[in-house]
Amino acid sequence: MRAQYPSQTVGPFFAFALVREGGNILVDEQTLGERITLKGRVLDGDGEPVDDALVEIWQADAHGRFRHPADPQYAQADPHFKGFGRSGTTGEGFCFQTIKPGPVPPSPVPCIAVRVFARGMLIHAVTRVYFSDHDNTQDPVFAGLDPVRRQTLVAQRCELPSGVVYRWDIRLQGEGETIFFDL
Amino acid sequence: MSEAGHKGVLDWSIQPPYLHAPYVATVRRAPHHPLVPLAASLMERTGPVYGEGDIGPLDHDLTKNAAKNGEPLGERIIVTGQVLDENGRGVPGVLIEIWQANAAGRYVHKNDQHDAPLDPNFVGAGRTLTDEKGFYRFISIKPGAYPWKNHFNAWRPAHIHFSLIGRNFSERLVTQMYFPGDPLLEYDPIYQGIPNTKARSRLISRFDLETTQPEWALGYRFDIVLAGYDQTYFEPGGH
Repeated sequence: MRAQYPSQTVGPFFAFALVREGGNILVDEQTLGERITLKGRVLDGDGEPVDDALVEIWQADAHGRFRHPADPQYAQADPHFKGFGRSGTTGEGFCFQTIKPGPVPPSPVPCIAVRVFARGMLIHAVTRVYFSDHDNTQDPVFAGLDPVRRQTLVAQRCELPSGVVYRWDIRLQGEGETIFFDL
Repeated sequence: MSEAGHKGVLDWSIQPPYLHAPYVATVRRAPHHPLVPLAASLMERTGPVYGEGDIGPLDHDLTKNAAKNGEPLGERIIVTGQVLDENGRGVPGVLIEIWQANAAGRYVHKNDQHDAPLDPNFVGAGRTLTDEKGFYRFISIKPGAYPWKNHFNAWRPAHIHFSLIGRNFSERLVTQMYFPGDPLLEYDPIYQGIPNTKARSRLISRFDLETTQPEWALGYRFDIVLAGYDQTYFEPGGH
């Protein structure tokens, strides 16, 4: 066995290398599924927005398929859907233009994998986001979480004239601290 | 860092904790609750797949990919190594993205106010994919140390930031590569934030005369061991 290498902070100056134009847009005109915006803030222990964090997401397409060979349905995955996105949190926070993923068996409800990096974090934090318009207690992971704390993983659906927005803040510390996972 | 019995991807005897008070910014950003064990689903066992089409021909050469009217100033370096999994096998197709300060210790970023010159021929960002055996290679300029305001007279040792995206969501590492013999390492709360001295010393690259090219550039070797769920789990014939 080789010993894994330790993490170090992403630091404050990653944007010019990691945040590319369009990197937070997972869809094109032909992507299947319900268009959604996933947006929110990363908040520190004082409730202050963290404006130099990096958020990454990974999710299934509208039919619950991943464009990755470990998915038995890989070949049928939507070629117009990227699945992976990155957003910095300068200004308003993070924002992704994506679709509502399909549920991935054995879970009957959709969710998105999320990773947060920031100055002041020597190692990233892994979490998940679920959607307020589903019965997430049917999800085997969600069902096993503390009933109060698990609400920190639920994005709230807002139907605006401009489209469907799911709002979700990531609280690194303190009251309402987001559940982070040991993957 | 989480409940006993859960064998996660990360080894917490090696990885730094969230809270390391000498690195002041951790104090209000470190989660207080213990991490909750998560058995990976298909979502965490898949991830973005990158190919040659994602990489431009000069993306790996930081001395050329932002040149406007000449070569960047500083000591030209070659940084090369192999990305391995915990079983010692080379990991192909890893997207490696790097970023760094220029030779004077200045980043191309609006929030970097260090009074040191920008270099019109250097941005300091690059990317590449590991080859079929896990090898990668960058050409760059040795970055300078730079001051930061963590504590009085705080200086970051020269470093190159590395971001690695492996074969699935679980196989992910953001770290920093340091240079051998740097006296600032001893005083750096980010490097020292890794409590395991053997583990942190792995982030120091090795000067390598074989990689060094006569009359042209110094060579540094930096292998990286990447933790993640074993891909063979889903592969036909895997074990």
